[in-house]
Amino acid sequence: MTLELFIQYLAAGITYGSIYAIVAIGFNIIYNTTGIINFAQGEFVMLGGMLSITLLDFLPLPLAIALAVALTMCIGAAIEIVFIRWLKNPGVLRMIIITIGLSILIREAALHIWGDNVRALPYFIGNEITSIPVLGARISPQVLWVIATCGLMVICLSLFFKATSVGREMRACAANRTAAILCGIDTKNMVTFSFILSAGIGALAGAVMSPITYTQYDIGTGLAIKGFTVAILGGLGNSPGAVAAGLLLGIIEAFSVSIVPLAFQDAIAIAILLVILFVRPHGLFGSSTTAGLKEY
Amino acid sequence: MKGLMRKSLCAAAAACLLMSTSAWAKTIKVGAVLAVTGPASFLGGPEARTLEMLVQEANAKGGINGNKIELLIKDTAGNPEKAISFAKQLLEEEQVVAVLGPSSSGETMALKKIFEDAKTPLISCAAAEVIVNPVASWVFKTPQNDSFAAKKIFMEMNKLGIAKIAVLVDNSGFGKAGKEQILKIAPEYKIEVVEAEVYDAKATDLSAVVAKIKANAAVQGVINWSIVPAQAIVVKNIRQAGWKVPIFQSHGFGNIKYVQAAGTAAEGVIFPAGRLLMANLLPDGHPQKALLVKYVKDYESKYKETASTFGGHGYDAFLILSKAIEAAGPDKDKIRAAIENLKDLPGTGGIYNFSAADHNGLTMDAFEMMTVKDGKFVPYKGK
Repeated sequence: MTLELFIQYLAAGITYGSIYAIVAIGFNIIYNTTGIINFAQGEFVMLGGMLSITLLDFLPLPLAIALAVALTMCIGAAIEIVFIRWLKNPGVLRMIIITIGLSILIREAALHIWGDNVRALPYFIGNEITSIPVLGARISPQVLWVIATCGLMVICLSLFFKATSVGREMRACAANRTAAILCGIDTKNMVTFSFILSAGIGALAGAVMSPITYTQYDIGTGLAIKGFTVAILGGLGNSPGAVAAGLLLGIIEAFSVSIVPLAFQDAIAIAILLVILFVRPHGLFGSSTTAGLKEY
Repeated sequence: MKGLMRKSLCAAAAACLLMSTSAWAKTIKVGAVLAVTGPASFLGGPEARTLEMLVQEANAKGGINGNKIELLIKDTAGNPEKAISFAKQLLEEEQVVAVLGPSSSGETMALKKIFEDAKTPLISCAAAEVIVNPVASWVFKTPQNDSFAAKKIFMEMNKLGIAKIAVLVDNSGFGKAGKEQILKIAPEYKIEVVEAEVYDAKATDLSAVVAKIKANAAVQGVINWSIVPAQAIVVKNIRQAGWKVPIFQSHGFGNIKYVQAAGTAAEGVIFPAGRLLMANLLPDGHPQKALLVKYVKDYESKYKETASTFGGHGYDAFLILSKAIEAAGPDKDKIRAAIENLKDLPGTGGIYNFSAADHNGLTMDAFEMMTVKDGKFVPYKGK
């Protein structure tokens, strides 16, 4: 393999990987505060893309994206307040079914509002054929935008969880809900906040990646499956783990193309997932003791 | 005297019979099973809207031979099981004289046997060659054969001196059927397929596979055969990689939305398409011109969306059926025979010449090579 080809595969892999990682982080944030997997996470990504494309007709690009992210955050909050907050001691299964129902609801609503056309934001820099040469390979500037945005989000999130009081309270919820309540933390608000945060992250990723991947009403499902795979691979609830697992999966997928036909790409990814789950059921970067303490 | 009496009685009876049949056959029930929603809605949606428009138009003119048409459209959502149950409902409960559709090849193949048994004409809007080859006596189809498109592309490649190609297809039925045809026909034109890859219809980025085929120095041209939006991603990724290779697409590219999705990258893509996309550019004497211009204008003013070749497949299905009913009356067996006798009938997809052996009725001439210039479809003039 030439260096040029290697770089090209690597860049493709990092692009896929960053997108998977961001969806996985969205899963993790909600999982940490509620113990559930929010299967509507992929729909947040779709909404971020769709809303920013619609708003672009009225606003300049940065404002359109910012407003789309804000709107998706509101939708995330509304979902939690309307469907989840008032449940008394909801079972894990019940909450999962609720989020699956919500994902279908959002998808169908999007189909009615935006139709089944593919849409995309314009490239932030240059156009569809602009590329930057990197060591002989050529990479679209949008790929750099995606990687930079995802990287920045991960850094901001870890600072937020470490350095702010709200972040610390959310981590307290994650560690031990009962103890957090005893310390006077309003866990219900923390849950709402986790939905807002993961909706915002998903929406921002959805807007930034839309020039590359296009946005359609039903892209959420596929992203959710890949994101979920990555979240499990990295250890549920472990965000740095999700980043590492996302990049790993993306890079494996990209390089698998050089050995087997493209049609087997997903099979390779899922086969690796299965092997890892047999050997390390708590994920690559999760610890088995923490996993043992979780509800499931 | 007696003989005369009997004759006149017979005549009167015959007249009564005639009057009663015309009085009873005031509406002709026609069924349609189309993927109006679901993943194939980009086919079924325009087809259903076209049929509704045409039936309205025909009924406003008093129907076919004075008989009004009642069109019953069933939405299969692209699901073969639903197509089967709706088709049975139309055949058994509604007693339709013929069914138009389905939109996709998979659904049509699921219905083929049912219509053979029910002895009712089915005029499919799906493209796959297997629908009419081997020929089934009650099953027809309006879109051009995939092999015509493949041959058109290969002829263009021969002119450009391209001998070694890479083939990328999507994993839909359309993509798979296309790959089969390409691999089968390529040797006839002395073209060698050196790379062949299948991509997911929901793919989000294909730069890795593009890098792989680009690394094969033998590749002189790429065929990207697909009907899903992901085909625009392939085009984009090829140009982003700085690869100047000639890109050939299938007739599935004939949707301006895919050009918009690929943006600048779509410039110069070469593909075969029905004449609908160049209706206004056809020479005035062309037999399809008047019909195409009218259809595009009517459709676009009624539904405020760009007319596509897919809606055209629905147009042709109704055109063929109404011409057959006009010639033979609303009788299943006679309609079937009348369709096989239709000759030199201009439709949106080409000029139809049916026969007992040919239930598609089109030839390679139904396609014109086109390209993209400044974000618009224009006729391809060659290099």
